[in-house]
Amino acid sequence: MDMNEIKEIFFQECEEQLAELESGLLKMNDGDRDPETVNAVFRAVHSIKGGAGAFGLDDLVAFAHVFETTLDCVRSNKLEPTQDVLKVMLKSADVLADLTNAARDGGSVDESRSRGLVKELEALANGELPSPSATADAPAPKAAAKAAPAAPAPAPKPTDDSGFQPIPFSFDDFGDEGGELPAYEITFKPRHELYSKGNDATLLLRDLSRLGEMTIYCNMDELPGLEELDPEAAYFFWNVTLKTDKGEDAIRAVFEFAEWDCELSVKSVEEASGDASSNEELPMVPVPFDLSILDETGSSEEGPAGARSEDTAAAVAAAETASNVTQMAAAAARVEKKESAAAAAAAANAAAQNNAAGAGQTIRVDLDRVDRLINLVGELVINQAMLSQSVIENDTTGTSSINMGLEELQQLTREIQDSVMAIRAQPVKPVFQRMSRIVREIADMTGKSIRLITEGENTEVDKTVIDKLAEPLTHMIRNAVDHGIETPEKRAAAGKNTEGTVRLTAKHRSGRILIELADDGAGINREKVRQKAIDNDLIPADANLSDEEIDNLIFLPGFSTADKISDISGRGVGMDVVKRSIQALGGRINITSKPGHGSVFTMSLPLTLAVLDGMVVTVAGQTLVVPLTAIVETLQPEASAIHSFGANHRLISIRNSFCPLVDVGRILNFRATQANPVEGVALLVESEGGGQRALMVDAIQGQRQVVIKSLEANYTHVPGIAAATILGDGRVALILDVDAVVGASRGQSLKAEMSLAAVG
Amino acid sequence: MSYAVKSLNQGDRELIAFRIGDQEFCVNIMSVREIRGWTPATTMPHSPAYMLGVINLRGAVLPIIDLAARLGMKPADPTARHVIIVAQVRRKVVGLLVDAVSDILTVTDEIIQPTPEISSDLERQFARGILAIDRRMICLIELEALFPETESEAA
Repeated sequence: MDMNEIKEIFFQECEEQLAELESGLLKMNDGDRDPETVNAVFRAVHSIKGGAGAFGLDDLVAFAHVFETTLDCVRSNKLEPTQDVLKVMLKSADVLADLTNAARDGGSVDESRSRGLVKELEALANGELPSPSATADAPAPKAAAKAAPAAPAPAPKPTDDSGFQPIPFSFDDFGDEGGELPAYEITFKPRHELYSKGNDATLLLRDLSRLGEMTIYCNMDELPGLEELDPEAAYFFWNVTLKTDKGEDAIRAVFEFAEWDCELSVKSVEEASGDASSNEELPMVPVPFDLSILDETGSSEEGPAGARSEDTAAAVAAAETASNVTQMAAAAARVEKKESAAAAAAAANAAAQNNAAGAGQTIRVDLDRVDRLINLVGELVINQAMLSQSVIENDTTGTSSINMGLEELQQLTREIQDSVMAIRAQPVKPVFQRMSRIVREIADMTGKSIRLITEGENTEVDKTVIDKLAEPLTHMIRNAVDHGIETPEKRAAAGKNTEGTVRLTAKHRSGRILIELADDGAGINREKVRQKAIDNDLIPADANLSDEEIDNLIFLPGFSTADKISDISGRGVGMDVVKRSIQALGGRINITSKPGHGSVFTMSLPLTLAVLDGMVVTVAGQTLVVPLTAIVETLQPEASAIHSFGANHRLISIRNSFCPLVDVGRILNFRATQANPVEGVALLVESEGGGQRALMVDAIQGQRQVVIKSLEANYTHVPGIAAATILGDGRVALILDVDAVVGASRGQSLKAEMSLAAVG
Repeated sequence: MSYAVKSLNQGDRELIAFRIGDQEFCVNIMSVREIRGWTPATTMPHSPAYMLGVINLRGAVLPIIDLAARLGMKPADPTARHVIIVAQVRRKVVGLLVDAVSDILTVTDEIIQPTPEISSDLERQFARGILAIDRRMICLIELEALFPETESEAA
């Protein structure tokens, strides 16, 4: 594994951490005060910082560090996570994401923004309440690194430029009157005999820590260059500051059995203060020693050993170049980071163990491999269908063993397919999360106050669908915030809550995923839309359009109602692009709008782009597949149930209600005249827009699971057709787009779309 | 580069020639993927007349175009003796129905004559030159022109 691969993994993890961070902050924003949420947020930032440090991504480290410091104040209850505080933090999370992206792909970050946020964060950490003007005057809390070893470090402080901050370690069980307790400075320098006798410095230090409040720094001054390094020698020693009322004897008692194998000095602080100055002149690089791994007795056997070997490894690496103190300092800084990363990892492990019951183990797999598998399974399904068909055709006697084998095969294929599909299914959460950021940013830019409510984030859908969903959704959210929601003043004047609401929901409905974007803004200004469409020559000036038709004008290419072109939207590309990308996914988009109450965009998308259960039917000599999910029931119409309605329409009466008949062959232009309904079969379907329709087909061939093949790959989108598939006989059959057919039967057939396909 | 025995000289190009009715056409061989026999295609609704439908090409959906109709000639009546030239046009793969494939030609740019100016859509839109070989006239057509860019983008 080379460095780039490791870096790639780091960025992948960063993405996860950023998602974790954002969802945690959002939870806190909704009033979640669970310490575990705060910890998760803190961990996310901390791991990013740790990783970034290892790759020398200084900008990222610097920002993450400030962010982390502020978060730590929240964690230690020094800072109340109010909405205002969280607003700053959410923005910081955005900047952190930007910095991560910039570090991965190059590119730049809005520096003034990140600088401004750094100041706000520092102000928060200093206990200043957030206000829009809280900016420059907050001095950065900067403590010198050298002061750290002597100081008992009561609270985390940013120290040196390497971005490290010592982790304070306190044992609350022993009371916290540390201020009054006498303090001791202990220097513990094991000789290699200590280790060779099976003693462990870590265990001794742990025993020591039980005496009181303790701060430990590891001193590595004696670490030689690599060529002189004796793998069995002991090079580290520890400077310990201990506050205890147990007295010096108790301290010495800890080292009772190690006394002869180490150099030990115990001084009370009054003694020590005498030579504090000389102490400071020592070119000593303190390395704080994290004891949190010792806290868990269960893992203590492994923990210290692991930590020690890590120290040594880092030191060895450092020793290659380190020959003087300055270089040693740099090396030590690296070790510090390693340690802090290790601490974070330990903490994360502990958390993971806690959650073990909840979340299973996961692996990271290259998407290409999954896709290859899915394609193969698709071929397998087609092959199995072909096999079944030829057995049925050739085997009239119906030998039970073959048939049983085939049935089993069918079941297995199906199971394999379901499992493979499940691999690709992912919750829509990441896309929804991205939207919350967009809402924040645009709300800021437009000076509006917006609340985004998301529902059904865990609704699962195929990864491809998710990936392609982000862009159209972004466009729509922008539109909703920029055009939909009014300014606070206007909202107040209209008697609405000044804070606008954008609601994003996802749910499964009849084998598709339904995504709804609702805002409580002003709704579509139909008069304006109409005028604009006339101005842009999109419709004739005397066109007589229904409200619904006017609303749908916004999907036409080159349409924009924005009076001025803003940064956010209004370039006239947008809704038509949205519509096209949704259609490319085999989906549809609908808008309903109520003046004064807002607009609702409804998108319906297929759950997977790979398979569906279909009913194979014949229409005008063509074989078509109708998605089973759309069919409510099938029936054989009787002549008495058919009623003519006007010149061209016919209704069928089903259980005393009338339902329009739609001749599929006519809609798809397969025949010139309507077929006689009595000779065919009616498929009762329920469409997206609500309401039932009876689709007339000539005959039903059977039900089958079919593999969806894209028509767009080599051809183009065909109205009324969702996709294609390959049947058992090797021929291509088209999959009916039920909603489009129903839509066309309503007369709202999108003419532009039809003519587009006709040109092709 | 002595080992490159069969390399083409600069300016040489290979073309594949085929017949539609009594006329001969050719396209650049680099865009041709394979040549296969005619199999009945599944009709597409709302498609232009030259669009014969789609067939299954080893699991992919392949649209078949009646090249005769596309070039404005009498539409073909496909039989088992017709062939489909599977060609790559930009990022899409399409099948072109022709009467028969006749030749593979190696020509230099010099022998490609400009198309004479006739007021015909065929010449103006698709033809990129005329070749005279063995007293035959072969018209070089450009596949990209058969499928306008906008259409492939709209898909």
